Amino acid sequence: MELTLALAIGVLTGSGVWLVLRPRTYQLVIGLSLLSYAVNLFILSMGRLRGAAAPVLGADGNWNPADYADPLPQALVLTAIVIGFATTALLLVVLLVARGLTRSDHVDGRESR
Amino acid sequence: MAWSQHLIIVPILLPMIAGAALLLIDETSHALKALVSLASTILLLVAGMVLMRMAADVPDGSEALSFSYAVANWPAPFAIVLVLDRLSALMLVLTAILGLAALTFSLARWHRAGPHFHSLFQFLLMGLGGAFLTGDLFNLFVFFEVTLAASYGLLLHGSGVFRVRSGLHYISINLAASLLFLVGVSLIYGVTGTLNMADLADRLPGLADDDRVLFQAGAAILGIAFLVKAAMWPLGFWLTPAYMAAAAPVGAIFVILTKVGVYVLLRLTLLLFGSPAGELTGFGGVALLWGGIATIVFATAGVLASQALGRLAGYSVLISAGTLLAAVGMGDASVVSGALFYLVSSTLSTAALFLLIELVERAREPGADLLAVTMEAYGEEGEESEEREDEEVGVVMPGALAVLGVAFGCIALLLAGMPPLSGFVAKFAMLTGMLNLDGMGDPSEIPGRTWLLVALVILSGLAALIAMMRTGIRTFWAPLQPVLPRVLVVEVAPILVLIGLCLAMTVGAGTIVSYTDATARSLHDPASYIRGVLGGSAPGQAPP
Repeated sequence: MELTLALAIGVLTGSGVWLVLRPRTYQLVIGLSLLSYAVNLFILSMGRLRGAAAPVLGADGNWNPADYADPLPQALVLTAIVIGFATTALLLVVLLVARGLTRSDHVDGRESR
Repeated sequence: MAWSQHLIIVPILLPMIAGAALLLIDETSHALKALVSLASTILLLVAGMVLMRMAADVPDGSEALSFSYAVANWPAPFAIVLVLDRLSALMLVLTAILGLAALTFSLARWHRAGPHFHSLFQFLLMGLGGAFLTGDLFNLFVFFEVTLAASYGLLLHGSGVFRVRSGLHYISINLAASLLFLVGVSLIYGVTGTLNMADLADRLPGLADDDRVLFQAGAAILGIAFLVKAAMWPLGFWLTPAYMAAAAPVGAIFVILTKVGVYVLLRLTLLLFGSPAGELTGFGGVALLWGGIATIVFATAGVLASQALGRLAGYSVLISAGTLLAAVGMGDASVVSGALFYLVSSTLSTAALFLLIELVERAREPGADLLAVTMEAYGEEGEESEEREDEEVGVVMPGALAVLGVAFGCIALLLAGMPPLSGFVAKFAMLTGMLNLDGMGDPSEIPGRTWLLVALVILSGLAALIAMMRTGIRTFWAPLQPVLPRVLVVEVAPILVLIGLCLAMTVGAGTIVSYTDATARSLHDPASYIRGVLGGSAPGQAPP
């Protein structure tokens, strides 16, 4: 499970960085989205990976923290997803406006020679 | 808990409510919107002043020097806390002053240039207030994003190709930096198991050796995110075009955005990597120092090469950021005190410059911008001024132009750090701190990099003076046909108030320096901050 997750984060980050460095605005948005997926997975993994453990304390009186998953990174991921979603939507709007105003989907608004 | 404790959350709640209420008011009723926005900002300033008084009233030797406010009433390390100390109170007041000046300026015409200007402005103030007050790393991220989201909207205010294009770059850079912020925060949480800054500082000395490496990686990644916002070279190339493109009042309030990065770096380096941090003491200081020096060099060259006034102002922001970063990197209490004075003075003067630029542009011939440097280089000026000399004699400077000229001269003096105004006091305080690092200023004991920094701080002032004078002569002394700018009182008043504040800072320098001295001392005593958050002892009590 660790290897799978690590590979997933690595591949997502690698593709994201490559796309962010491309000159088209569409590639930029996809790159930033991939990067934010990678970061979200990374945050989740910082609460230690474990399966079959609830993040909330049960009502049965068994309150040994070692039996539970860490709930905090999950809360952080939720916040990060919401904020990332909102800012990416905003970026998309700006991309469309830039496309309309400059008639080009190059990030500088004109083709490089 | 005394009622005054609840004031700590006002700088977040007030702009949030005002901004939300402004959304409900119809876009056509400009006067009502302006009134609500103005009232909220004035109240914010009052609240900031009261908080500053509260923080300053805590006697210096007290056990705890910070007030903490548990937002959800959970005890400190478990939920979000807001923390007020002298530094955050100072930043709050500065934000409110800038906000008031920029807002007043915008009432002339800018606030009608696009929808939801006032709401976005209030949300920006809310994000700034939250970032200065929070005592929790993840909450800091949230407030950073609030600030940035509002700043994206404000940067695009007024629209236009140039704004959209530089806005695109600005948003992309900041999104990438926010991702780094998240990686850093989660790495730190993974290693230490806490996000509360005070709790974090408390746990650091007991960190295991392998964990320490991970923690350093996390802190470095987090630092890069802040350095992007503080625009350290080579992470700050986005700043000049973005600030140039922004509308004048937006540019003025953006001046404080770079200072947020500096504020966080100042707070975290001194809190986490201060003297009790064991092997982590001084982590990152060298990087900040050299990064700051590189920023000053880059920005000084930029100021000299600038042809447009907006670009000049952008590079002035960079000079100020670089100087502050280098001062934070030195980490000495007396340098930090001077740097705080410089922070206030340079923020006020650069904001005034951003406001002034728009008015000055109205008084210039079109194209004068681009020609200023070129004409000087090719010596075209000589023949023309001879021809015109007899015509120009006896022409009285029009009133508006005279006021603008005086304001321009004052700002030039402030940026250069020349005697009559607060820029001089700020630089003097900083340089005194730097040169007295070891003993009573024996020159042989001062390291070479300090001399380099001292020389650069002075040289950058000289460069700012040269660049400002070049533009000033072109605009106010030698225009071929002086254009009478139509300038409203609400536009000139904020500039004069900002400059007046700088003047007041010179006159009342003693009071302010004693405040920044106390701030620097409390920053170098992380235990007093930690006790205020975790210890449960109220500020103002004498040590046991």
